[in-house]
Amino acid sequence: MEFLATFRKGGVHPKDKKELANRQPIEPFTAVSELIVPLSQHTGSPAKPLKAKGDVVVAGEKIGESTSFISANIHSPVNGTISDIKKITLANSVISDAFVITVDSENPFGKWSLQERKEYTGAELLNLVKEMGIVGAGGAAFPTHVKLSIPRGKKVNDLVINGVECEPYLTSDHRLMLERGEEILEGILYVAKIVNPQKITIGIENNKRDAIDNLRQIIEEKGHPIEIVPLKVKYPQGDEKQLLKAIIKREVPSGKLPLDVGAVVVNIGTAFAIWEAVALNKPFIERVVTLSGESIKDKKNLLVPIGTKVEDLLKLTACEETDNYIAGGPMMGFAFWDTTTPITKGTSGILALAPSKKGRVTTPCISCGRCITACPMGLQPTKLYRLIDHGQYEVAMANHLMDCKECGCCAYVCPANLPLVHAMKLGKRVGRK
Amino acid sequence: MNILFAFLIIATLSLILGLGLAFAAKKFAVETDERADEILAVLPGANCGACGFPGCSGYANALSAGTAENGLCPPGGVKVRELVASILGVASDGGGAGEKMVAFVHCRGNNELTKRDFVYEGIEDCNAAHLIHQGDVACKYGCLHLGSCIKVCPTQAISRDDLGNVVVDPELCIGCLKCTLVCPTQVIKMIPYRGSHAIACNSLDSGGVVRKICSVGCIGCKICERKYPESGCVVPNFLATIDYSREMAQIGEAAEACPTKCIVKAR
Repeated sequence: MEFLATFRKGGVHPKDKKELANRQPIEPFTAVSELIVPLSQHTGSPAKPLKAKGDVVVAGEKIGESTSFISANIHSPVNGTISDIKKITLANSVISDAFVITVDSENPFGKWSLQERKEYTGAELLNLVKEMGIVGAGGAAFPTHVKLSIPRGKKVNDLVINGVECEPYLTSDHRLMLERGEEILEGILYVAKIVNPQKITIGIENNKRDAIDNLRQIIEEKGHPIEIVPLKVKYPQGDEKQLLKAIIKREVPSGKLPLDVGAVVVNIGTAFAIWEAVALNKPFIERVVTLSGESIKDKKNLLVPIGTKVEDLLKLTACEETDNYIAGGPMMGFAFWDTTTPITKGTSGILALAPSKKGRVTTPCISCGRCITACPMGLQPTKLYRLIDHGQYEVAMANHLMDCKECGCCAYVCPANLPLVHAMKLGKRVGRK
Repeated sequence: MNILFAFLIIATLSLILGLGLAFAAKKFAVETDERADEILAVLPGANCGACGFPGCSGYANALSAGTAENGLCPPGGVKVRELVASILGVASDGGGAGEKMVAFVHCRGNNELTKRDFVYEGIEDCNAAHLIHQGDVACKYGCLHLGSCIKVCPTQAISRDDLGNVVVDPELCIGCLKCTLVCPTQVIKMIPYRGSHAIACNSLDSGGVVRKICSVGCIGCKICERKYPESGCVVPNFLATIDYSREMAQIGEAAEACPTKCIVKAR
């Protein structure tokens, strides 16, 4: 039996439910009529609108400009006209201005062809990443150019590519690795050119054997200097900090970034977007979205233009009546109720689960300590919960509340069914004020 | 004889220690401003923290040290400001707390009257509910009815009425602003204590949107402003406000005429 790397502390084993959608090849989604493209799809300050109501836009045209270092450009995914600019609430409760784009029905999409190959320098590539509005495709949507801008004096030893996809149900990265392996590997080499690492590693959870074999074969054929590390199936293996513990065996200190231990972590979806940006000169205007869950009959992996409304996607999948929609995975994703919510750069999946049971029953904490065992960050969720419940936000902050990354392991194992993650989010919000 | 020795030893010892203490008390005396104690006696003693200092004693010390402005105490109001000024020997020249202000929840949309977007089953706290799509109430400006303000009120002035609305008792309110700070939708705002009426709506949505989601919200029809110019009502956008600096002679009629009855008695 092969030795599988993993992180030691904490973690849980939810049913991965990947078999629901992992055999569905990626299909392009074309039935678009109206898009809602938010200006704040990323972590950081929202983009500034460059177009006004009534303007005609073409696919790939920049319509929102980044306003600060931690921000990202927004591009029009389609040819069409801007019919409105309105305020919307995204699935993750961010309030953002959004372009409503009426799609040109005769010629909706742009044509993207392979550009002539040329040798880029690292700085040129970094600029391209910034210009094309690329953000982390894993979920948090952190602007990639910020991550890849290595401050003077820092050195990157390891470039770690995150192909873990540890969230149950989601299969978009899995399908990408199977179908677009060559492109992803080239994208990774572009990233390597920017950050100059000594070693490139791809971490993939062991439940994606076919993807591991596929990428290994391509690497062997092409002779890429990339190593693939199969990882134990355990949630949250795909979190940046856990991934680094598993692969480079180093722990990112509290409040620090991976760069402080000489590592840069980039998602598979992001690597693919970077390949598209360099090879096709195509901005980040489309992404692969998994449509899965018990209420969806035809599970799919779709290549969807950013800004597509969820209801348009659900029409395609014979979705049954439910009130249990989640954007992202079931562990860290966001429940939403309004199906006109658009797909953003960070949406890796849309889940329609079985209708929820009404009436949440919680019982008092019995101090069993299961959440402490499950917490991968070594926190004491039970203590933090009590502090937040009593309004002692400052004490909770002193107990490293900010290290919590809301992975949901504690709430998953809690026998009292306490809303632990919700409390952590509340504590962070009030405590930061 | 023995008893005399014991007596003498104890007497000498206590004399030496007593002199030592007397010397230490003079040498290491901490200088205190007597005025701080006087001010502390004048302050209301609610320790509400509205002045921004840790309790009344913190504010009293800052005042006597001259590092704080006079008139930061909303519960004390004008009376305390003048008393403090006389202790400090300075003129009481307005600024800071003037007339008594009380908190008012500008919303009467309870569970029946306002639409809900979804069923919220999380933590019973307004800020927690607000984390999720700005709360389950369809109106994103209104009261979430989970009672975070009730928990922080130092004088138990906030309670739920029979209809499930959150209301402030103006008699008990000391104007410490704690509820306005904790409220995630900022639906609690301060109004003058003397004001007889207030607008029970905080929604800046257009009339059509308000009508769809709430039956007691201000739709911005401007009837109060146009028909009753002496009511003090002003409607700058889709939300009426009352200009309390004006005469509010016709406010009773305006409240009668309001189609959604969102001009309500403040007391």
